[in-house]
Amino acid sequence: MRHFLDFEKPLAELEGKIEELRRTTDAGGIDVAEEVGRLRDKAQSLLRATYARLSPWQKTLVARHPDRPKCLDYIRALIEDWTPLAGDRAFADDAAVVGGLGRFRGRAVAVLGTEKGSDTESRVLHNFGMARPEGYRKARRIIELAGRFGLPILSFVDTAGAFPGIEAEARGQAEAIARSIEACLEAPVPFVATIIGEGGSGGAIALAAADRILMLEHSIYSVISPEGCASILWRDAAQAPTAAEALKLTAEDLRRLNLVDTVVPEPMGGAQRDPEAAIAAVGQQVWACLEPLLALDGATLRARRREKFLEMGRNSVV
Amino acid sequence: MNWISEWALPKIKTLFGGPREVPENLWHKCPACEQMIFHRDLERALHVCPHCGHHMRVGARQRMDYTLDPNWQRIELPKAPADPLRFRDQRRYGERLRDAQAKAGQEDAVVVAHGAIEGHRAVVAAFEFSFMGGSMGAGVGEALVTAARLAVLQDSPLIVFTASGGARMQEGAISLMQMPRTVIATRMVKEAGLPFIVVLADPTTGGVTASFAMLGDLQIAEPGALIGFAGARVIEQTVREKLPEGFQRAEYLLEHGILDMVVKRGEMRATLARLIGLLRVPQRESESLPEPEVEAPPALPAPAEAEKPAPVT
Ligand SMILES: [Zn+2]
Repeated sequence: MRHFLDFEKPLAELEGKIEELRRTTDAGGIDVAEEVGRLRDKAQSLLRATYARLSPWQKTLVARHPDRPKCLDYIRALIEDWTPLAGDRAFADDAAVVGGLGRFRGRAVAVLGTEKGSDTESRVLHNFGMARPEGYRKARRIIELAGRFGLPILSFVDTAGAFPGIEAEARGQAEAIARSIEACLEAPVPFVATIIGEGGSGGAIALAAADRILMLEHSIYSVISPEGCASILWRDAAQAPTAAEALKLTAEDLRRLNLVDTVVPEPMGGAQRDPEAAIAAVGQQVWACLEPLLALDGATLRARRREKFLEMGRNSVV
Repeated sequence: MNWISEWALPKIKTLFGGPREVPENLWHKCPACEQMIFHRDLERALHVCPHCGHHMRVGARQRMDYTLDPNWQRIELPKAPADPLRFRDQRRYGERLRDAQAKAGQEDAVVVAHGAIEGHRAVVAAFEFSFMGGSMGAGVGEALVTAARLAVLQDSPLIVFTASGGARMQEGAISLMQMPRTVIATRMVKEAGLPFIVVLADPTTGGVTASFAMLGDLQIAEPGALIGFAGARVIEQTVREKLPEGFQRAEYLLEHGILDMVVKRGEMRATLARLIGLLRVPQRESESLPEPEVEAPPALPAPAEAEKPAPVT
């Protein structure tokens, strides 16, 4: 059963009607192929029109869509010989952060990401993509491993943010994130990060301080959730759509602010309508970004990455 | 109006307090124990309550006075883009920023100074919490990068006093990017072989904690300071548990291995001076140390040459 977002209601109604007509036909009723075709065209143009002008808040909902391809979907489709690694060597393995080794277009790479899960069971297992200190320490370990063996790093980021918990704080959530950012910046290997859904604040940048940063067309990247921002600045979480607008959190905004390098177009109606095509497009863009970096030595990569971040935001005006 | 009324008088007023402010400013109420403290006693005690030891929040310039020897110098900071998003909530961010600047007499939430701590040269950056909650946007990031560059240039340790609610939301993802930017600043100082010391003051939370503020060679905090990543209310709502006693306080962090020490404000200057003295052994001096009387165990390796700090000239 397809999950429709609130603003997709007219679409849902149309598709419901199409489904109903088709069932009538299947049951041996009158042939309504022509009518179905007409409605299909109508649904397509409605979809195109809706997605051509999504508001920042609607994009936030799309970015969080439960059917959107998740980190592990990208890894399974794009990475051969996928070999997950586990643990921070100190406390636990955090399944909110996925990491391991594999091959991307034949080349050995290290892969990292935050995984939200795609059904109730896996969502609980991955803690809805909200990592604890162990997760960021695992990320740092894998980044350092990649550095030691000259493996390029790919990351796929999709998280509402770091997990806000008592134990997480007691074990040094802030320090774990800081060290993970540091590891990203220090890695002497090419590093391409992709925001595939939600790029939630410190929990996202911990895996995304990379040479090239990609964002999917309908993904978001923000310092705070629109709801959180609204409840602080407007004292009303219901103002989230207004906050989403003000935060400039869409891929287009981030590109305009020169904070990300590439926006990857999504299939019509969002990645959730054609995950395969979305994943293939990401694979292509990741390779396009990675390939030129492969010629650079570690010191050059590190120096340029630093320069990139030091320059960030200096001349940004929307 | 001549210059005396325009410039000199307001300045004198701020130093001694206008006559109308005297009655309410003579006595301060401690927010912790609620006892009244005479203002001169409070100043003498560096804004630590003489009754209960509560460390009150202090401004960036007070910090400099408490930490650095007299005649410290404030550094002019490069201008960061103001209001890059043209952000507006119930008010325009641009207006809020201008108000804060006028009130604080500084461009943004961090002041950078250089000087000496009991004779040891140092660069100090201090957060002004009263400036938009010490929140970190491009201006704060720029200040910390500048402080790091200055420390390297002057071959001085960098000490940062933090007090911040976290990222400056009104700068959106640009404020988020200050996390990696300030982490780079810490790398510059460390790569130059210089100590980077963080002193966490009340409160330090969010993106500030999760970037440069947790990467000190040494991590110090003031007693009772609230330090954490997530806000207490968010945690409570998420885990639906009562937070433990003293949660996210300096002493709690010390107990959990996140800090080196909790140091009272009155002992901060001497502690910093001692630590800098210990970390910055001049090379010549260490080479000329007298041979130990007792024979050292032969297995003990000599410290690697490359790891020694550069000589102080
Ligand atoms: Zn008191």
